[in-house]
Amino acid sequence: MNPEPNSWWDWEHAIAVFPDLLLQGFKITLVATVLGTLLALVLGLIVAIIRRSTPPIINGPVTWIVEFIRMTPLVVQLVFANLVLSPYVDSSLAIGIWVLGIHYTTYMAEVYRAGIDSVPKGQWEAATALSLPRLRTWRAVVVPQAVRNTLPALGNYAISMFKETPFLFVIYVPELLNVAQNYGSTHFRYTEAITLAGLIFLAASYPTSLLIRRLEKKLA
Amino acid sequence: MDGVIGFFQDLGPNLQLVWDRMPMILDGVQVTLLATVLGGALALVIAFVFGIAQVSKFMVVRGVARVFVEFFRGTSLVVQLFWLAFVMPQLPYPLGFRLEPLLIGVLALGLNYGAYAAEVVRGSIGSVPKGQYEAISALSLSPARGMLRIVIPQAWALMLPSLSNLWIQLLKGSAIVNTVLLYDLFFQVEQLRDRTGTWFAYSFALLSYYLIAWLIVILMNGLEVRAKHRIGRGPALSQSWGSLFRPPGTSGRSARVVRDHSEAKLAGPMGGGGLA
Repeated sequence: MNPEPNSWWDWEHAIAVFPDLLLQGFKITLVATVLGTLLALVLGLIVAIIRRSTPPIINGPVTWIVEFIRMTPLVVQLVFANLVLSPYVDSSLAIGIWVLGIHYTTYMAEVYRAGIDSVPKGQWEAATALSLPRLRTWRAVVVPQAVRNTLPALGNYAISMFKETPFLFVIYVPELLNVAQNYGSTHFRYTEAITLAGLIFLAASYPTSLLIRRLEKKLA
Repeated sequence: MDGVIGFFQDLGPNLQLVWDRMPMILDGVQVTLLATVLGGALALVIAFVFGIAQVSKFMVVRGVARVFVEFFRGTSLVVQLFWLAFVMPQLPYPLGFRLEPLLIGVLALGLNYGAYAAEVVRGSIGSVPKGQYEAISALSLSPARGMLRIVIPQAWALMLPSLSNLWIQLLKGSAIVNTVLLYDLFFQVEQLRDRTGTWFAYSFALLSYYLIAWLIVILMNGLEVRAKHRIGRGPALSQSWGSLFRPPGTSGRSARVVRDHSEAKLAGPMGGGGLA
């Protein structure tokens, strides 16, 4: 393959691995990020509302579980879930997405909580004054205002999840880094594959974080 | 599930197994702590160097710092780890050598989280009120001295909650280092699994990491109380021992940050805006 193993960079390897990285690896990475983010967005809001509106007997354990998940490594959670669930679930990607989603739920719940706290007290009072039902108060008054405030932070967590998808490597999900690693070990040439994988992460995450920074300025 | 039932049935013998393997587990704990502390120290140095460089008045310095920070934030921790472990040995002469696994772990963790922490440092310095900078020139302190004695002590109090969260992130990230042959806590607990079953071994692993994370929280809470006290914004540590055990992400500030742009970068349980 490569006549001169001591060169810094071999375009042949780069060209050979690039399509696989983009079409297989990056695709899986994106799927995991998008689904994981959706999961975390929905579950995070539910957790935040539960923590805000239930008695201590529910709120206490929920708070503790959230904190426990947030303070323990994603990698350990991934391998644990994969070992326990793989007899019942065929796809390790699905397990990975759920674990990513639940892990980030604990971050996003905290963001929502801050957002809910930032809704002025008068809004709650107005809802009571208009005798809006509880569900409607949340849906039509509190959540729309809370979410607007939290959009940049939520977006940042989505990007951060994107960059943590390589952790799925430990449960053999063929995401971007795994594809690169496989190419490296079969051709015994890691330079191009892993470097390109890193550059793809940079090329996707940097523009997105610039967009979010603009959104942040616009909403502020 | 039978796994859960087995967990309780075999709890006694399993704890005995943990006891028997304690030397190995403690080795693992030591490696995890070493990677977390050294990686954290490297991250802190990088954070201050590149955080302060980003508010430099020289455009070149700002530019270089910006590129460094965006590069190490953008390319993903695991990719950096693999790059150091697999790509570096294959590079030609001046760079082509194999690093010690511990060095690989410390470098990857320190560079990656250091880049995130640099954003926190930059944001905190930016949140120190403008009047303080005016006071520096009014007192005709040199810029360096003003930075050291006026700005940094105030920024330090602001950045500690986010640094605390990032350090916990770093600890959690360190669980990946066994993929580059560094035998950390997670690796040693995985060795337990054959004998104790999945539920016990992994519960033990998660609980161990949870306890280590709390050590970080308590230490950083203590530093935060001290830093606030020193700039006259809070009680002394000796009067507020309870605040040591405050869980992370609930520093009271998080409630209003989302609306305040200057502090938005510090929001959220892991440094929020500064993170991505």
